[in-house]
Amino acid sequence: MDYIIEIKELSKQYFNKKALNNISINIEKGKIIGILGPNGSGKTTLIKIITGILRQSKGEIKIDGKTPGVYTKSIVSYLPDRNFLYPWMNIKDAIAFYKDFYKDFDEKKAYELLDFMKLNSKSKISSLSKGMTEKLNLALVLSRKAKVYVLDEPIAGVDPVARDQILNAIIENYNKDSTMIITTHLVRDMESIFEDIIFLKEGEVFLARNAEELREERKMQIDDLYKEIFG
Amino acid sequence: MMFNDHLPIYTQIMDIIKQRIVSGALREGEKLPSVRDLSTELKVNPNTIQRSYQELEREGFVFTQRGMGTFVTEDKEYIAKLKDYMATTLVKNFMIEMKALGFEVKQVIELINQQIKEEQ
Repeated sequence: MDYIIEIKELSKQYFNKKALNNISINIEKGKIIGILGPNGSGKTTLIKIITGILRQSKGEIKIDGKTPGVYTKSIVSYLPDRNFLYPWMNIKDAIAFYKDFYKDFDEKKAYELLDFMKLNSKSKISSLSKGMTEKLNLALVLSRKAKVYVLDEPIAGVDPVARDQILNAIIENYNKDSTMIITTHLVRDMESIFEDIIFLKEGEVFLARNAEELREERKMQIDDLYKEIFG
Repeated sequence: MMFNDHLPIYTQIMDIIKQRIVSGALREGEKLPSVRDLSTELKVNPNTIQRSYQELEREGFVFTQRGMGTFVTEDKEYIAKLKDYMATTLVKNFMIEMKALGFEVKQVIELINQQIKEEQ
């Protein structure tokens, strides 16, 4: 099996609070993976370790065979759960900013995605609604030719039209050479786009499986399973 | 699209496509939407759609033409058989549930006749 991310006995401790406790998972190349769990289950900590923002306290993580650092940051494109653009910019500036920052940024693709998301490149960041900001951030993140895309809560707080555009952008931009890791607590809205599911509970991997196998075995959709596990 | 059944999504998609075939919405020999298109239409992982197409092919309802896409079978008889089978299954399940509610066959027929009149 071709693993893009290998995690072995990984733990993260903040003073005496355990955020991640002895996690081991391997993530296969070319899949869309959902990381599910309530607030405080360790999702964001795990993502921050994958994106190289945080360092683990114990254990090992390899991304494309390398420990997190300059190389892994160059192949991981990350959508944080909040806006990361300066309010004084307009969309065009934001694209130029991204192009400056990332070698793998495809400007043409960014403009295509703007079009797809129905965004105007002259709009100011400060004038955008929450849904528009989310769509812009996602367009920028997907315009990098990355091996791994990490999307933290990509549809949180957006209206149904924006949600559908975001889901379509994710599906259209998914390909066999890249891996998408997505966290969400809006399980019902997103579950059908996940191939594999990882349930995190209190800093541990509660369950990691193929989504369709889970549906077949448990005779329920992932959303119902989520409620059973965390309800 | 929301999937509410207690079934995996790929089987639900197979059912949607079978319905489209027997109803004539998809004609014999007609090209199915591409995996990518159906994937965005239904908001479903492309690999799940791919699996539905593969299973439909295994069951003989569609065939793949390399580099051209997936097509509905040209075998009209086979489609007619599927239509029969789907109808029979529906009726069977309906009868099981009516019996579970305590209805006699005669009463069921009466109810159906009543319903038909109302619809006319």
